[in-house]
Amino acid sequence: MIAKHDVVIVGAGLAGLRAALEASRYYDVAVVSKVFPTRSHSGAAQGGIAAAMGNVEEDHIDWHFFDTVKGSDYLADQDAAEVLVNDAIPAVYELEHLGVPFSRTPEGKINQRKFGGHTRNYGEAPILRACFAADRTGHVMLHTLYDQCVKNHVRFYPEFFVTDLLLKDNIIRGLIAYDMIGGEFITFHSKTVVFATGGYGRTYKITSNAHANTGDGLGIVLRAGLPLEDMEFVQFHPTGLYRYGILLTEGARGEGAYLINNEGKRFMEKYAPKLMELAPRDMTSRSIQTEINEGFGINGEDYVYLDLRHLGEKKINERLPEITGFCRKIAGADPVKEPIPIQPTAHYSMGGIPVTIDSEVLADGKSQKLEGFYAAGECACVSVHGANRLGTNSQLETIVFGRRAGKTIIEYLNKNGTEKADLPEDQIKASIERVETIRNNTGKEKVGVIRHELQETMMAKLGIFREEKDMKEMLDKVHELEERVEHIQIDDKGMNFNTDLTEALELHNLLHFAEIIVNGALNRQESRGSQFRTDYPKRDDKNWLKHTLAFKKEGKVIFDYKPVVITKFQPKERKY
Amino acid sequence: MIQVKVKVSRFNPEKEDTKPHFDEFTVEANPMDKVLDLLHRIKWEQDGTLSFRRSCAHGICGSCAMKINGANMLACEALIGNFRDPTHIMVEPLRSLPIIKDLVVDMDDFFKKYEVVKPYLINKTPPPTKERYQSVEDRELIDESTRCIQCGACTTSCPSSWKNPQFLGPATLLKSFRYTFDSRDEGAAERLQIVDNNDGVWRCHTIFNCVEACPKDINLTWHISELKKRLVSREY
Repeated sequence: MIAKHDVVIVGAGLAGLRAALEASRYYDVAVVSKVFPTRSHSGAAQGGIAAAMGNVEEDHIDWHFFDTVKGSDYLADQDAAEVLVNDAIPAVYELEHLGVPFSRTPEGKINQRKFGGHTRNYGEAPILRACFAADRTGHVMLHTLYDQCVKNHVRFYPEFFVTDLLLKDNIIRGLIAYDMIGGEFITFHSKTVVFATGGYGRTYKITSNAHANTGDGLGIVLRAGLPLEDMEFVQFHPTGLYRYGILLTEGARGEGAYLINNEGKRFMEKYAPKLMELAPRDMTSRSIQTEINEGFGINGEDYVYLDLRHLGEKKINERLPEITGFCRKIAGADPVKEPIPIQPTAHYSMGGIPVTIDSEVLADGKSQKLEGFYAAGECACVSVHGANRLGTNSQLETIVFGRRAGKTIIEYLNKNGTEKADLPEDQIKASIERVETIRNNTGKEKVGVIRHELQETMMAKLGIFREEKDMKEMLDKVHELEERVEHIQIDDKGMNFNTDLTEALELHNLLHFAEIIVNGALNRQESRGSQFRTDYPKRDDKNWLKHTLAFKKEGKVIFDYKPVVITKFQPKERKY
Repeated sequence: MIQVKVKVSRFNPEKEDTKPHFDEFTVEANPMDKVLDLLHRIKWEQDGTLSFRRSCAHGICGSCAMKINGANMLACEALIGNFRDPTHIMVEPLRSLPIIKDLVVDMDDFFKKYEVVKPYLINKTPPPTKERYQSVEDRELIDESTRCIQCGACTTSCPSSWKNPQFLGPATLLKSFRYTFDSRDEGAAERLQIVDNNDGVWRCHTIFNCVEACPKDINLTWHISELKKRLVSREY
């Protein structure tokens, strides 16, 4: 079957829905997603969305700009970061007008809370900048945007698993998807395609990410011969629920929660005396891991405490009801009465598909645009986050750059019309054959086993602290798993809602870009933002103030580089 | 560690099944495991054909609502140790929706109903350059209703929904409340008209099954009653 649309968006999280909402004002838009839209993982974002509107205390766009660049360890492209902070305030007002139920100040304005790395007057002290709706900000934004898309008659294709892109002569033609309920392959024929496919936390054993976060868009892009940018930068969120990895929002610390070691000390005073628990995530996660490594974990184990008790029951229930709920339900721990065991958890991908500040995908990662292909949100690398993202800047990025993708598409279609380029039949055939081979393959390997080995070793060898020996072992492991994945035999040979098959396809994607993450980390001989190398513990601006671009050509990883855009803030030593 | 016998409802029309049957699996577990962990262990270690939906694994995406030991709940939140007999778990799909495969149900109708009630803010007044103001109290009124994750646990536990497939059901009516009672909304008249009939609020007979089933502790019956009160008072 063939479905024809002017715009096909892959992924129904905040970036995808925001792009859909924009483009659907003028054009026929379809959103394809492997889960039902409101199941998307944007809905798990808790703490807030940054905008320097100063509803509670004085704030300035320039302060937000500086914090974002400093937080990125100076790897963010400053032209892009400037767009992010400039668009932030109107973007949040617009969300409010669309119906997002933000928490309010006593005067009825949007309320704001503190978050890591966001500061007053270029680093003086934490500032109230994160607009929030209790601790379910992402959830209410996702639902509101979905509601608005329903109003705009966006056509949804839920539970369609995209297998490959159709791209020929640098012109996008559409994509191939497996319709899980219909039990068949569908060709989407379209003039434009937007990837808003999210992150890949599931490369790691301990992660805040959903089972669905397997970075499929990145695997697809690599298969199409396109590059990925800065994939070595993987953010570990400081406070994942111990053993589960489930996110406990930084908003908890924004409201005043402490991090405590086995001696009952607020150990952050050693690492970030000014910002304490509200230091940026890379530093806070490293500090926690250092405490654990040096024997200051609780009972000598791999966790420390997040202590909310002094906030009092009323504030905890009002500001942090969701995390309180699942701490009680899932971990049997009540934040009102006891400190919560936490450990850093794989959370966010700073890298991704290289795009312009207008969300256009770059074929060479630098300047050569592809006709009709866009990317936004976590799967894209603009780069506004550089080597380390600040909390609440990701929800902001999805909204700002999702909207820009929509606007760019409208301009493109206004100028070029909606007549589609021919479908490359050979590519359609090849993609279906690839999937059918996986479905009907015989062999000794199992999806669950290989995925588990990948996640365990990534956690052990490519975590918060990295060194050459571990990373080389990790690379060998990835190569071994890439070989073994070809011998997977799945149990389910049918076409009706075959999640055995989709899990195998996800695993292929995970392994495809895991090789890029490991190679990139090994290649970058410095410590910057989320990448800390014990064998190269210093930032090296002379050699490494540049973005990594990585391609996969004939099974080999090939690197290229591009300079960082620096407009206003010259790189300085980063202290908090 | 304990041995858990998990009875799972199986159905695959592709294999020409005409009705669901149970398969029993034995799984090693500890009391802190959730039913979702058991289902994963079965799928990944014993039978890859077992099909169910899941994603976030901490109660916010709403994918894994199912019937466990007779009651609707999220598999990712259902702690084995909380069941009276943690060694025997029975898992079935949500009741009254067509089964696609095993625990995967067809939720098309559930979501189509929701589209009927104009589930979006209606406000014809041009917005100010900044935010629209809303008092803390007005925001509080809709707070509970914004917690909904559309998992379907409420509607599929509702006897009025089982009996009358045309009934909009508690999840949809909650959505109607969420916008109707938003102080920024001006669409009460048109939205309330849609629910003012026997397939709308008046089909709710306050059985409270939905309240018991809701994994987010939302008092759906109260919200539906507020819609009824608003309708009889005609203050919209």
